[in-house]
Amino acid sequence: MTATVSASREAANPVARAVREALFAGVVSFGMFVLLIGLKTDQNIRNELVLVPRWGLLAAVVALTMLGRFLYVGFIAPAMERAKAERAKAPVVVKEPGFIRRNSNKIGILILFLFPVVAVSLVGLQGSLKWVDNFGIQILIYVMLAWGLNIVVGLAGLLDLGYVAFYAVGAYSYALLASHYGLSFWILLPCAGIMAAMWGVILGFPVLRLRGDYLAIVTLAFGEIIRMVLVNWRVVTNGSAGISSIPKVSFFGLMSFNVSDPNYIAKVMGWATSGVYYKIFLYYLILLLCLLTAFVTIRLRRLPVGRAWEALREDEIACRSLGINTTTTKLTAFATGAMFGGFAGSFFAARQGFVSPESFVFLESAIILAIVVLGGMGSLGGIAVAAVVMIGGTEILRELQFLKVIFGPDFTPELYRMLLFGMAMVIVMLWKPRGFVGSREPTAFLKERKAVSGSFTKEGHG
Amino acid sequence: MNASTTTSVTPMSKSDASMTDTILNVEHLSMKFGGLVAIGDLSFQARRGEITALIGPNGAGKTTVFNCITGFYKPTEGMITLNRRDGSSYLLERLPNHEIPARAKVARTFQNIRLFSGMTALENLLVAQHNKLMKASGYTFLGLFGFSSYRQASAESIELAKHWLEKAELVDRADDPAGDLPYGAQRRLEIARAMCTGPELLCLDEPAAGLNPKESLALNTLLMDIKNNTGTSILLIEHDMSVVMQISDHVVVLEYGRKISDGDPEAVRTDPKVIAAYLGVDDEEVEDVLTEVGDDEVIEQLDTGPDAGHGPGSSASMMAGPISDSVEHGDEGERVTVSKGASRAAQVETRQRRAAGEGPAAAAAAASKPAAAPKAGSRSKASAPSKASRSKDASGAAAAAAKTPARKAPAAKEPATGAPAKTAGLSNRLAAPRGGRPDNLTRIKGIGSVNEKKLNEHGIFHFDQIADWKKADVTLAETYLAFDGRIAREEWVKQAKLLAKGKETEFSKRVDAGQVATSHASARAAAGRRTARPAAGKRGGRK
Repeated sequence: MTATVSASREAANPVARAVREALFAGVVSFGMFVLLIGLKTDQNIRNELVLVPRWGLLAAVVALTMLGRFLYVGFIAPAMERAKAERAKAPVVVKEPGFIRRNSNKIGILILFLFPVVAVSLVGLQGSLKWVDNFGIQILIYVMLAWGLNIVVGLAGLLDLGYVAFYAVGAYSYALLASHYGLSFWILLPCAGIMAAMWGVILGFPVLRLRGDYLAIVTLAFGEIIRMVLVNWRVVTNGSAGISSIPKVSFFGLMSFNVSDPNYIAKVMGWATSGVYYKIFLYYLILLLCLLTAFVTIRLRRLPVGRAWEALREDEIACRSLGINTTTTKLTAFATGAMFGGFAGSFFAARQGFVSPESFVFLESAIILAIVVLGGMGSLGGIAVAAVVMIGGTEILRELQFLKVIFGPDFTPELYRMLLFGMAMVIVMLWKPRGFVGSREPTAFLKERKAVSGSFTKEGHG
Repeated sequence: MNASTTTSVTPMSKSDASMTDTILNVEHLSMKFGGLVAIGDLSFQARRGEITALIGPNGAGKTTVFNCITGFYKPTEGMITLNRRDGSSYLLERLPNHEIPARAKVARTFQNIRLFSGMTALENLLVAQHNKLMKASGYTFLGLFGFSSYRQASAESIELAKHWLEKAELVDRADDPAGDLPYGAQRRLEIARAMCTGPELLCLDEPAAGLNPKESLALNTLLMDIKNNTGTSILLIEHDMSVVMQISDHVVVLEYGRKISDGDPEAVRTDPKVIAAYLGVDDEEVEDVLTEVGDDEVIEQLDTGPDAGHGPGSSASMMAGPISDSVEHGDEGERVTVSKGASRAAQVETRQRRAAGEGPAAAAAAASKPAAAPKAGSRSKASAPSKASRSKDASGAAAAAAKTPARKAPAAKEPATGAPAKTAGLSNRLAAPRGGRPDNLTRIKGIGSVNEKKLNEHGIFHFDQIADWKKADVTLAETYLAFDGRIAREEWVKQAKLLAKGKETEFSKRVDAGQVATSHASARAAAGRRTARPAAGKRGGRK
């Protein structure tokens, strides 16, 4: 009774409530910041530790917090409520999805194909190097890795924290076999995939019985074991010094990207010598590999094995009651995911020309998993967007020199990269708890294809 | 895999003509979880093309039976044979979990619905056709490259899914996520999904639970349709008696993991043991209840003797005691066994037998103890008479045994009791315990109170009698107790020899210490137990 009375009174007078909330916010922020911002430790000229009070800054921060809370409670929140009510009142208009929405996939692929052309025409051959290499190739590698991990985590619901191990297996298979035996990239690409898939099965067998946290820990350990082997097996892997001068990829043996070769692309085509050709070639190569991954994933989802993966994520016991062999189903998920990781790894080795265990630390696994979760588990489009945001975002923070104008010449945006990155992730997960694309596309339909809301799908427990 | 050996067509050695149309044959199935006995020596059959219902109070072990049949549990003992239409037989307890639906064609549903809630209804039905589609897609490889054979199989699977969606009246919701369907629809979808695996035996775990009357009716229609049009046999767990009585052809009733009744719905419904199990009343009260409801037929049965359909001759479980007696006990201290007094059905059973004057031995035993007539208010029906005159402690019994070292000649015994041919077998029967004080036979590991009573009925009162058993006697005693090879396995004779000499076994010490629930330590302890029992007896009262 009292609750409804007070609620109606507050609704009648939002400004009074806003003032009260603002005062609370001020007290809380003062308590939080009085030591963090209000006092600064410093050294004086005699190398003594002194406290420098910054009451002005503290007051400014507290006042800003209060103002923000006041505006939010007093004006923004009621306005949002009103808008929501109006939208609910308005008749539901089923909007025909627009041209862009209907063809978003095709448009996306077209943009990706045109990207190097646009970059070259806008900033010139040498200027485009950064955009094609640091942005294009880097993002696409992560897209491919995340799509590979998506099969294991997003479809089969098996939480794998050691995915980078398969990436490492692929990279080292190419690096070792190419530099020792001089085999071509086009032979070693499938070899690296098969080898990684094999390791996927080897990892899969012991962890089949594990679920949830236990599975995550064991896969995490597996990732570290692979890295430790790479560090310590010096005879083969050259330890932490890594393997350098890994041969470049050739254009199917027809054209080479080594300046000294007689069939160097610039000589054959009669262009000026430049390193950009190789990067653009690599860009299209990884783009095609990504499209292959997407194609296979989409196809597999519509095949019984893909449906079994998703069913496994939803309910393993029901799967067994329907005669699905959960052992082989889990192993195929591990193997397929690992295979794409291996492809990406061999591409990575070819692109860098150098591999070392440092490239395969746990943070890489965490980033790939974060991309999958942020994008929405199981959704290819969402994961691609998440990869652009996460990888492109961290790259673009290097470019934000204009921030120096605001924060002074001492400000280096790179140092705040991870902080901003973490904040962005928290905000996205608050705003879209199931990732950018939370819904699921059904693999078959009778009348119409209706997306399944994320509230029905399960994340899997293993 | 071992499957290849088990799936070979095993010609049924049993000459039984009824075997040919039996789809599922459960024999001596036992399932123990640590010390808890969920199922004890359960045998029943399900006939092809029929709906067999498995009913019983909560915790009777019905779902455990299902989990054993569908391979989620590996039974501790027993054999589950599934005979497929093409003549092949599968031993389900040996097949891996996922091969039971795939090869033996047994599908099941779950008590708590287990749909793939994030997938559409249609997709749920397509997942159920996994094995078929997997083959058609060339184990993914052909399907990946879009071979037409797979596309055709895929279209066929959608047609089959549509067929079952129509049957389950869900075709307009085919493209909605399964988790979004109302509860009754989810139940029907789960059955449709199970049917999409093309089963020969469909196991339904409480399909009507939580349904409103309209949905329940729709379910009945669906089940009858499945039975009549697909030839699929159905095994059903159900609490909703209206469903059971309407649609099932054959009902098996479980209580505390034992079968207490087996027959057509009408016979089961009027079976006093079933009524006792469900109502949880005392056996005297069963009569009262029946008189109140005016079931003359049952009262007549109670008065005149066991019903032919459930008599000792036709049902193996009738001869065996309640669950606690047919289970090996004494290995671990904290073994949990169901208290004997808890089984209401068993009480009715013993009462029926006594009322029928089952054997002359029983009559003789009763004659020697006139006080054995049902005492008003006494709850410990079965063992009360023998307990009343039982020797106070083990040393007394041993002394009695020492006084009469040699058993009397069997020839002398038989004329004395005038035993008919049926019980003539045991070589060393006694008309009455020597000196009126029988030994505490429950001190032998493997003998519980009920078996002790049975042995007493057959003229066995002392350790030295058991100690002198010959092989033939053991076999005979096993038939009386419906035990196969347990007497030899548990070394009753050896134990009895020790006890007859006044020595102790590890088990008998525990009995005397009162640590074994199924045995009675001494007359004093038994008296204590008798007062404690009514509280335990109330456990039967549910549903």
